[in-house]
Order: sequence, then C-alpha cells, then structure tokens
Amino acid sequence: MTTQAARTREATQATRGRSDWAALPARTARPRRPGWLAPQRAISARTRWILRALSLLAPLTAWLALSTSGAVDPKFLPTPAATVGALRDMASSGELLTDTLASVERVLLGFGLALAISVVAGFAMGTWRWALALFEPVIGLVRYWPASAFIPLLMIWLGIGEPPKLAVIVLGVVFFNTLMVADVVKQVPRRLLEASMTLGATPGVLIRKVVLPHSLPGIIDAARVNAAAAWNFVVIAELVAATSGLGYRITRSYRFLQTDKIFAVLIVIGLIGILMDVSLRVLRDRVGRWAQ
Amino acid sequence: MTLVLDKVAKDYGTRRVLDAVDLTVTPGEFTCVVGASGSGKSTLLNVIAGLTPPTQGTLTWDGTSITGPGPDRGLVCQTGELFPWRTVAQNVSFGLELVPISRRERAQRVAWYLEEVGLSSHADVLPGKLSGGQRQRVAIARALACEPHVLLLDEPFSALDVQIKEDMQVFLRKVWQDMGTTVVMVTHDVEEAVFLAGRVLVLSSDPGRIARDLPVDLPATRPLEIKRSPRFLELRATVEDLVRAEHRAHEARDG
Ligand SMILES: Nc1ncnc2c1ncn2[C@@H]1O[C@H](COP(=O)(O)OP(=O)(O)OP(=O)(O)O)[C@@H](O)[C@H]1O
Ligand SMILES: [Mg+2]
Repeated sequence: MTTQAARTREATQATRGRSDWAALPARTARPRRPGWLAPQRAISARTRWILRALSLLAPLTAWLALSTSGAVDPKFLPTPAATVGALRDMASSGELLTDTLASVERVLLGFGLALAISVVAGFAMGTWRWALALFEPVIGLVRYWPASAFIPLLMIWLGIGEPPKLAVIVLGVVFFNTLMVADVVKQVPRRLLEASMTLGATPGVLIRKVVLPHSLPGIIDAARVNAAAAWNFVVIAELVAATSGLGYRITRSYRFLQTDKIFAVLIVIGLIGILMDVSLRVLRDRVGRWAQ
Repeated sequence: MTLVLDKVAKDYGTRRVLDAVDLTVTPGEFTCVVGASGSGKSTLLNVIAGLTPPTQGTLTWDGTSITGPGPDRGLVCQTGELFPWRTVAQNVSFGLELVPISRRERAQRVAWYLEEVGLSSHADVLPGKLSGGQRQRVAIARALACEPHVLLLDEPFSALDVQIKEDMQVFLRKVWQDMGTTVVMVTHDVEEAVFLAGRVLVLSSDPGRIARDLPVDLPATRPLEIKRSPRFLELRATVEDLVRAEHRAHEARDG
C-alpha cells in the first residue's frame, strides 16, 4: 500500500479495495428517518385510517362539488341527492330488487360454473406435467380472445335467453382462473411432496392431503380476483341483450337519459362487488391462517 | 431388516455423482456419512429413500428390492418440511392416518411421540410458530411414528446454532437408544458424526464413492463431555484428515 493511500485510509477510516483506486465519490449521509418514498415504510394506524377515509371521501366530495356547483349540466352529472332519490324510487318500485337478483343469480351460476371447470382443470395442470403440456398452449391462446367479442356468436349459437349470458361469464373467467389455479398448485414444494412420500403417501393421498390444502388459500385468492371479472362480464352481457339485470337497467336508463338512475345502478354494482370481495377475503383468511 | 446397496451408481445427465457404492446397514446401527459439499451425500440418501432411482446397482431389504419411497425409510431433511397447515400433533399423525388404526390409538401414539421429543406442550401449535430445533424434533417424531426400518437424516441440524445443535445431538442419541431405530445420517460436521455414530462413512468427491468405512469405538453412553476425551479427538482428527484428503484429491483432479 502506498503511503498516500494509507494516509487517506487513516483519515477517512473507510474500507478500501485496491490501494490505487480512488475512494468512491462522497455520498450524503442517509437521513435519520426514511422518507415517504422508502419502500414498505410502516405508517401509523391513524394515518392509515385517515388515508383510507380520504380514498373514498375525496372522489365523493369532488362529485358533490362538481354536481351541485352547476358547472356541469345535471343531465350529465346528477347530484348525490338526485342519485339517492333515483335509488329510492327504484327500490320502492321493486325494479332494483328484481334487477339485482337477476344479475346476482347470473353471476352465481356463471361464476360457479367457471370455478367448477377451472379449479378442476387448473388443479390437474398444476399437479400433472402431462396435463400442463396438454392444456397450457391452447388456454394461453384463447384467453386473449375477449369474451365480450363472443356475445354475438353466443347469441347465434345459444339463442337470446340465459345461456349466452352465462356463457359470456364462463368464457371470460374460466381461462384466466385455470391458469392462476395451475400456478398456485405448481407452487407446492417438491421437498414437501417427497417428505410425504417417505411417510407413506400415495399419489391420491398427496393430492388430497398435501397439494389441496397447500393450494387452497391461493385458489381462493384467484377466485377473488376473477369474481370481479365475472361481475364485469354479467353487466356487459346484460348491456347487449337482456330484459332484466343491472346492465339492462343501465341501457334502459340511457334511452331515457336518466343519468341519476345509471349512477344509482353503478353504486349498487360497487356495493355488491365490495361485499363479494370482503366475504372471499374473510374466507381466505380463515382457510389460510397458516400461510400468514 | 438389513439394507443392502450393491454397486449403486447414480448419474445426473452425463455426470456420475455416485459410483460403485456397496453398503450394508445392519438393524440398530447408527451410521453417519460425511464428505465435502457436492460429494453426493444427499444423492445417496435420496437413492436409499427411493426418491430417485439408481442408474446402476440394486437396493434391497433382506433380498427384497426397493423401488420407490415408503414409510419404511423415513426421511428428514435440513428444513424438516413440516405441513404448515397442520398443528404439531397433526404433523406427527400424518403417516398414522394412512394406516388402518383407530382414531384413539392414533391419538395415543401421537401423544407418546410428542412426549418422547419433548413437545407435548406444543401439540396444538402451527409449525410457523416453532423454533428451528423444535421443528426438526417434530419432523423426526413424524418420521418415527411410521415405525421406519431405517431413519434417514440429511443434515438435520445444520441450520441450528451450536447450543441447540448439541441439545439435538443428545436428543437424537437418546431417541436412537430408546427405540432401537436404524439411522443413516448425512452431515458435513465431523464432530457430530463421531459423537453420534457407531460407524462413519467418508465419501470421496466426483464421483462419490465410499472412501472409508470407519467404526467408532466410543462407549454407548456418550455425554457431551466425551467430545473432549482423547479417543474422541483422535477419531475426529482421523475423519477430518480423510475428508480433507478426499477434498484435496478432488480439487487436484479438477484443477
Ligand atoms: N437433481 C439434480 N440434477 C442434476 N445434478 C444434481 C441434482 N442433484 C444433485 N446434483 C449434483 O450432484 C452432486 C452431488 O449433489 P448432492 O446434493 O448429493 O451433494 P451433497 O454431498 O449432499 O452436498 P451438500 O453437502 O452441499 O449438501 C452435486 O454436484 C450436484 O450439483
Ligand atoms: Mg446435501
């Protein structure tokens, strides 16, 4: 080491690599507390609740301000009061209940069917390499076809009753959910399967007692994501061809330029979505307590 | 039951990882396999466990050939691999759920094994809440509950700190003496091997062969203090020299 380098080292007390390298450019001392941009920085419970409230209240306030100030024609943007009024009218006339039930029933049937197919298919693909090789290419392709583009075809094939609407939901959800379930099932550690085999587990036992319980929380997570998609697709299907349902109510209100009704329906759709999401999350947290 | 490996070889691709392994494990024996990293210790254990078939040679139990994994050869690896959604008791009960015994008997046996490994008070805890040492105890109890003919251990204590590791060594000796289990254990810790085993196999590297088969002539009762006895230190030095020599030879061949 040169005396020069030795002296620098003594002076700065810094670690040095090769003695003929210059010291790294000086860096500013790190701030004592990491700033707001530090990834995953903890926030206090109070801040969290304030921000959460803000997240809902801010758009609501903006809506209130915009619609009541008269800056926007109420034909385009109804006031919250008008929306609540429309909601009350629809509720008392009974059409809200009928429409909601019609949509919910379609989601439950269509999404239920899609789940039944995709969980079985995805489970098979995640468990058996041969099933993955057989199904992954074709599913990877067809999931890029937008299910909504199939509505005309489905009406030609299945008529204009319930079947095409359910089919749109199934088509829109089944492929994505299959691939997501397959991914979850594939995550089962090989070492865990091997340990189970040395405890006497046969393939059937592995599937029932290892792969299934290990994958269940992830499968519910996938369902949660795709429940939102199912809910979107039912509204789309009803927009195009239906005589009941929340989507139908939107189209109908559009004909009479009843934006307040459209807003009321959007609020109902949002509330049902939150309800579905929360219940699936509660289910997941119960089933997957071990994974936290 | 006597486990016999006859000229066992294992290739991964074109690479020979194990070569010409002849080994006879007699009932009740405690065998430790030591060798440098990559010498094929885990591969040897996986072959015995039936998780990977040998490329050449045969494995037999008293003449009957072994073709796949089974509860007669319980395997515990470094990470234990417990079922994270099952409680400690449910983990231990896994293998017992696969044999036709009554629920009551199963519960009795599980309780007994938990007692043996000192985890009765943790029966209803999920593995995520256990320490590393406790987790390995559960893994060992889970394997033992299946009453294996041989217990295979792949560096079961290498992720533990020194104190816990010594506790676990004493614990394993006790379990082995209590139950008369046959144990084949892989470790890279020579001291551990000499302390635990009645027989130490030194594996050479690339391809893994059994370079030395060394009996450990220490008394059957082994308190931790024995690690300071002259005979222990002598044996330990011998094995260390052998491992080092094999490692050097391997480096020289490669270089
Ligand atoms: N599945 C596999 N495919 C290809 N090569 C493998 C596989 N498993 C192990 N090997 C190779 O075989 C050799 C022996 O591996 P093995 O895991 O048996 O060594 P080890 O003695 O247990 O080492 P360590 O002490 O690090 O655990 C290594 O060089 C490794 O790269
Ligand atoms: Mg290994």
